[in-house]
Amino acid sequence: MTQDWLYGLLGGLLIGIASAILLLGNGRIAGISGILGGTLARIPQMRGVAEGLLFLIGLIGGAFLYAVTLGPPEISVTTSAPVLLVGGLLVGLGTRLGGGCTSGHGVCGLSRLAPRSLIATGLFMATAAAVVFALRHLIGVN
Amino acid sequence: MRALTALISGALFGLGLILSDMVNPARVLGFLDVAGVWDPTLAFVMAGAVIPMVIAWRIAATRQAPIGGGNFPGPADTQIDTRLLGGATLFGAGWGLVGFCPGPALTALGTGSFAALIFTMAMLAGMLGYGMILPASKTI
Repeated sequence: MTQDWLYGLLGGLLIGIASAILLLGNGRIAGISGILGGTLARIPQMRGVAEGLLFLIGLIGGAFLYAVTLGPPEISVTTSAPVLLVGGLLVGLGTRLGGGCTSGHGVCGLSRLAPRSLIATGLFMATAAAVVFALRHLIGVN
Repeated sequence: MRALTALISGALFGLGLILSDMVNPARVLGFLDVAGVWDPTLAFVMAGAVIPMVIAWRIAATRQAPIGGGNFPGPADTQIDTRLLGGATLFGAGWGLVGFCPGPALTALGTGSFAALIFTMAMLAGMLGYGMILPASKTI
Protein backbone atom coordinates (compact mmCIF):
# COMPACT_ATOMS: atom_id res chain seq x y z
CA MET A 1 0.00 0.00 0.00
CA THR A 2 1.26 3.44 -0.88
CA GLN A 3 -0.56 5.08 2.06
CA ASP A 4 1.38 3.12 4.66
CA TRP A 5 3.40 6.17 5.68
CA LEU A 6 0.19 8.20 6.10
CA TYR A 7 -1.38 5.57 8.38
CA GLY A 8 1.94 5.47 10.21
CA LEU A 9 1.91 9.23 10.70
CA LEU A 10 -1.76 9.30 11.79
CA GLY A 11 -1.30 6.33 14.12
CA GLY A 12 1.81 7.98 15.50
CA LEU A 13 -0.10 11.22 16.13
CA LEU A 14 -2.72 9.21 18.03
CA ILE A 15 0.03 7.62 20.16
CA GLY A 16 1.49 11.07 20.80
CA ILE A 17 -1.92 12.54 21.72
CA ALA A 18 -2.53 9.62 24.10
CA SER A 19 0.85 10.29 25.72
CA ALA A 20 0.13 14.02 25.93
CA ILE A 21 -3.24 13.35 27.62
CA LEU A 22 -1.53 11.19 30.25
CA LEU A 23 1.22 13.77 30.85
CA LEU A 24 -0.99 16.86 31.05
CA GLY A 25 -3.89 15.10 32.78
CA ASN A 26 -2.10 12.87 35.27
CA GLY A 27 1.55 13.96 35.15
CA ARG A 28 2.56 10.47 34.06
CA ILE A 29 4.95 9.34 31.36
CA ALA A 30 3.28 6.96 28.90
CA GLY A 31 6.06 4.41 28.89
CA ILE A 32 4.47 1.01 28.49
CA SER A 33 7.29 -0.98 30.10
CA GLY A 34 7.35 1.48 33.01
CA ILE A 35 3.59 1.31 33.54
CA LEU A 36 3.47 -2.49 33.17
CA GLY A 37 6.58 -3.19 35.24
CA GLY A 38 5.70 -0.58 37.86
CA THR A 39 2.16 -1.93 38.25
CA LEU A 40 3.49 -5.49 38.43
CA ALA A 41 6.01 -4.56 41.12
CA ARG A 42 3.33 -2.82 43.24
CA ILE A 43 0.72 -5.60 43.05
CA PRO A 44 1.91 -7.32 46.28
CA GLN A 45 1.27 -4.11 48.27
CA MET A 46 -1.90 -3.29 46.26
CA ARG A 47 -1.12 0.42 46.52
CA GLY A 48 -0.89 2.85 43.64
CA VAL A 49 -1.84 0.28 41.02
CA ALA A 50 -5.26 1.63 39.94
CA GLU A 51 -4.15 4.18 37.33
CA GLY A 52 -1.59 1.85 35.79
CA LEU A 53 -4.10 -0.97 35.63
CA LEU A 54 -6.72 1.31 34.03
CA PHE A 55 -4.21 2.42 31.37
CA LEU A 56 -3.40 -1.23 30.63
CA ILE A 57 -7.12 -2.14 30.55
CA GLY A 58 -7.66 0.70 28.06
CA LEU A 59 -4.74 -0.50 25.93
CA ILE A 60 -5.61 -4.21 25.90
CA GLY A 61 -9.40 -3.78 26.17
CA GLY A 62 -9.45 -1.14 23.42
CA ALA A 63 -7.56 -3.52 21.13
CA PHE A 64 -9.98 -6.30 22.05
CA LEU A 65 -13.01 -4.13 21.20
CA TYR A 66 -11.36 -3.12 17.92
CA ALA A 67 -10.76 -6.76 16.99
CA VAL A 68 -14.32 -7.77 17.91
CA THR A 69 -16.05 -4.94 16.07
CA LEU A 70 -13.79 -4.31 13.07
CA GLY A 71 -12.00 -7.65 12.84
CA PRO A 72 -8.51 -8.49 14.12
CA PRO A 73 -5.63 -6.57 12.50
CA GLU A 74 -2.98 -8.57 10.66
CA ILE A 75 -0.34 -9.77 13.11
CA SER A 76 2.29 -11.70 11.21
CA VAL A 77 4.73 -13.58 13.46
CA THR A 78 7.10 -16.11 11.93
CA THR A 79 9.16 -16.53 15.10
CA SER A 80 9.15 -19.98 16.76
CA ALA A 81 7.80 -20.36 20.30
CA PRO A 82 11.23 -20.83 21.96
CA VAL A 83 12.53 -17.65 20.29
CA LEU A 84 9.34 -15.82 21.32
CA LEU A 85 10.11 -16.81 24.91
CA VAL A 86 13.74 -15.70 24.71
CA GLY A 87 12.72 -12.43 23.03
CA GLY A 88 10.04 -11.75 25.64
CA LEU A 89 12.45 -12.40 28.51
CA LEU A 90 15.06 -10.07 26.99
CA VAL A 91 12.47 -7.32 26.39
CA GLY A 92 11.06 -7.63 29.92
CA LEU A 93 14.46 -7.65 31.61
CA GLY A 94 16.08 -5.09 29.31
CA THR A 95 13.30 -2.49 29.49
CA ARG A 96 13.26 -2.56 33.30
CA LEU A 97 17.03 -2.47 33.55
CA GLY A 98 17.30 0.35 31.01
CA GLY A 99 14.30 2.20 32.46
CA GLY A 100 12.20 2.39 29.33
CA CYS A 101 11.20 1.10 25.91
CA THR A 102 10.12 2.50 22.55
CA SER A 103 7.37 4.60 24.16
CA GLY A 104 9.09 5.82 27.34
CA HIS A 105 12.55 6.50 25.93
CA GLY A 106 11.60 6.63 22.25
CA VAL A 107 8.58 8.95 22.35
CA CYS A 108 8.33 10.63 25.77
CA GLY A 109 12.09 10.96 26.37
CA LEU A 110 13.14 11.98 22.86
CA SER A 111 10.44 14.66 22.74
CA ARG A 112 12.13 16.46 25.64
CA LEU A 113 15.65 15.58 24.47
CA ALA A 114 16.40 13.57 27.61
CA PRO A 115 20.06 12.49 27.34
CA ARG A 116 19.42 8.98 28.71
CA SER A 117 16.60 8.49 26.22
CA LEU A 118 18.66 9.67 23.25
CA ILE A 119 21.40 7.17 24.14
CA ALA A 120 18.97 4.34 24.94
CA THR A 121 16.92 4.81 21.77
CA GLY A 122 20.01 4.87 19.56
CA LEU A 123 21.36 1.79 21.28
CA PHE A 124 18.22 -0.37 21.21
CA MET A 125 17.48 0.60 17.60
CA ALA A 126 21.05 -0.26 16.54
CA THR A 127 21.06 -3.54 18.51
CA ALA A 128 17.69 -4.58 17.08
CA ALA A 129 18.84 -3.76 13.54
CA ALA A 130 22.05 -5.76 14.11
CA VAL A 131 20.06 -8.78 15.36
CA VAL A 132 17.71 -8.59 12.35
CA PHE A 133 20.71 -8.32 10.02
CA ALA A 134 22.36 -11.36 11.62
CA LEU A 135 19.13 -13.40 11.50
CA ARG A 136 18.06 -12.52 7.97
CA HIS A 137 21.29 -11.97 6.10
CA LEU A 138 23.91 -14.05 7.93
CA ILE A 139 21.91 -16.98 9.29
CA GLY A 140 18.98 -16.72 6.86
CA VAL A 141 15.95 -17.07 9.14
CA ASN A 142 12.92 -14.94 10.07
CA MET B 1 -10.98 12.12 36.55
CA ARG B 2 -7.46 10.65 36.77
CA ALA B 3 -8.88 7.14 36.35
CA LEU B 4 -10.81 8.11 33.22
CA THR B 5 -7.76 9.90 31.81
CA ALA B 6 -5.64 6.76 32.25
CA LEU B 7 -8.27 4.56 30.60
CA ILE B 8 -8.77 6.86 27.61
CA SER B 9 -5.03 7.37 27.16
CA GLY B 10 -4.46 3.60 27.11
CA ALA B 11 -7.24 3.03 24.58
CA LEU B 12 -6.01 5.79 22.23
CA PHE B 13 -2.45 4.48 22.53
CA GLY B 14 -3.54 1.01 21.44
CA LEU B 15 -5.64 2.32 18.55
CA GLY B 16 -2.63 4.33 17.38
CA LEU B 17 -0.50 1.18 17.39
CA ILE B 18 -3.15 -0.67 15.36
CA LEU B 19 -3.74 2.18 12.88
CA SER B 20 0.00 2.60 12.28
CA ASP B 21 0.43 -1.21 11.94
CA MET B 22 3.11 -1.21 14.66
CA VAL B 23 1.09 -4.01 16.26
CA ASN B 24 2.38 -6.21 13.42
CA PRO B 25 5.93 -7.57 14.04
CA ALA B 26 6.46 -8.12 10.29
CA ARG B 27 6.10 -4.35 9.80
CA VAL B 28 8.53 -3.53 12.63
CA LEU B 29 11.12 -6.04 11.40
CA GLY B 30 10.77 -4.47 7.94
CA PHE B 31 11.98 -1.19 9.44
CA LEU B 32 14.80 -2.83 11.40
CA ASP B 33 15.98 -4.75 8.30
CA VAL B 34 18.05 -1.91 6.89
CA ALA B 35 19.88 -4.25 4.48
CA GLY B 36 16.66 -5.70 3.05
CA VAL B 37 13.60 -4.08 1.45
CA TRP B 38 13.55 -1.26 3.99
CA ASP B 39 10.12 -0.19 5.27
CA PRO B 40 10.25 3.37 6.64
CA THR B 41 6.78 3.30 8.29
CA LEU B 42 8.12 3.17 11.87
CA ALA B 43 10.01 6.43 11.32
CA PHE B 44 6.72 8.16 10.39
CA VAL B 45 5.09 6.71 13.51
CA MET B 46 7.89 8.03 15.71
CA ALA B 47 7.73 11.45 14.07
CA GLY B 48 3.95 11.57 14.44
CA ALA B 49 4.13 10.56 18.11
CA VAL B 50 6.90 12.96 19.05
CA ILE B 51 5.10 16.07 17.69
CA PRO B 52 2.20 16.15 20.23
CA MET B 53 4.64 15.30 23.02
CA VAL B 54 7.02 18.17 22.18
CA ILE B 55 3.99 20.48 22.52
CA ALA B 56 2.82 18.70 25.70
CA TRP B 57 6.23 19.12 27.43
CA ARG B 58 6.15 22.83 26.55
CA ILE B 59 2.63 23.21 27.99
CA ALA B 60 3.69 21.24 31.09
CA ALA B 61 6.58 23.65 31.64
CA THR B 62 4.13 26.56 31.91
CA ARG B 63 1.82 24.87 34.40
CA GLN B 64 2.18 24.27 38.13
CA ALA B 65 0.48 20.87 38.16
CA PRO B 66 -1.32 18.36 35.92
CA ILE B 67 -5.04 18.96 35.33
CA GLY B 68 -5.95 15.93 37.43
CA GLY B 69 -3.68 16.95 40.31
CA GLY B 70 -0.38 15.50 41.47
CA ASN B 71 2.97 16.49 40.02
CA PHE B 72 4.70 16.55 36.67
CA PRO B 73 7.78 14.36 36.23
CA GLY B 74 10.97 16.01 37.44
CA PRO B 75 13.74 17.10 35.09
CA ALA B 76 15.18 14.32 32.95
CA ASP B 77 18.01 12.39 34.59
CA THR B 78 21.34 12.84 32.86
CA GLN B 79 23.29 9.92 34.31
CA ILE B 80 24.45 7.47 31.64
CA ASP B 81 25.32 4.24 33.45
CA THR B 82 25.92 0.61 32.64
CA ARG B 83 22.33 -0.28 33.59
CA LEU B 84 20.98 2.03 30.91
CA LEU B 85 23.42 0.76 28.29
CA GLY B 86 23.01 -2.90 29.24
CA GLY B 87 19.24 -2.64 29.49
CA ALA B 88 18.86 -0.90 26.13
CA THR B 89 21.10 -3.52 24.50
CA LEU B 90 19.17 -6.47 25.97
CA PHE B 91 15.87 -4.86 24.99
CA GLY B 92 17.11 -4.21 21.46
CA ALA B 93 18.21 -7.84 21.10
CA GLY B 94 14.78 -9.12 22.15
CA TRP B 95 13.00 -6.58 19.94
CA GLY B 96 15.07 -7.62 16.92
CA LEU B 97 14.49 -11.33 17.57
CA VAL B 98 10.68 -11.00 17.43
CA GLY B 99 9.56 -7.52 16.37
CA PHE B 100 7.45 -6.94 19.49
CA CYS B 101 8.18 -4.22 22.03
CA PRO B 102 5.97 -3.88 25.14
CA GLY B 103 3.15 -1.65 23.77
CA PRO B 104 2.53 -3.59 20.55
CA ALA B 105 2.83 -6.93 22.41
CA LEU B 106 0.02 -5.96 24.83
CA THR B 107 -2.09 -4.50 22.02
CA ALA B 108 -1.64 -7.63 19.89
CA LEU B 109 -2.55 -9.70 22.96
CA GLY B 110 -5.82 -7.75 23.18
CA THR B 111 -6.66 -8.62 19.57
CA GLY B 112 -6.24 -12.32 20.37
CA SER B 113 -2.76 -13.09 19.04
CA PHE B 114 -1.42 -16.35 20.52
CA ALA B 115 2.19 -15.40 19.67
CA ALA B 116 1.69 -12.17 21.63
CA LEU B 117 0.43 -14.21 24.59
CA ILE B 118 3.58 -16.36 24.64
CA PHE B 119 5.79 -13.29 24.24
CA THR B 120 3.93 -11.33 26.95
CA MET B 121 4.18 -14.20 29.46
CA ALA B 122 7.95 -14.28 28.97
CA MET B 123 8.12 -10.46 29.11
CA LEU B 124 6.27 -10.43 32.45
CA ALA B 125 8.64 -13.13 33.72
CA GLY B 126 11.58 -10.97 32.65
CA MET B 127 10.14 -7.95 34.45
CA LEU B 128 9.43 -9.93 37.61
CA GLY B 129 12.86 -11.55 37.42
CA TYR B 130 14.46 -8.14 37.17
CA GLY B 131 12.56 -6.98 40.27
CA MET B 132 13.97 -9.96 42.16
CA ILE B 133 17.55 -9.40 41.02
CA LEU B 134 17.76 -5.63 41.23
CA PRO B 135 15.67 -2.93 42.93
CA ALA B 136 13.55 -0.68 40.71
CA SER B 137 15.70 1.16 38.19
CA LYS B 138 15.42 4.84 37.36
CA THR B 139 12.88 5.67 34.71
CA ILE B 140 13.59 8.37 32.15
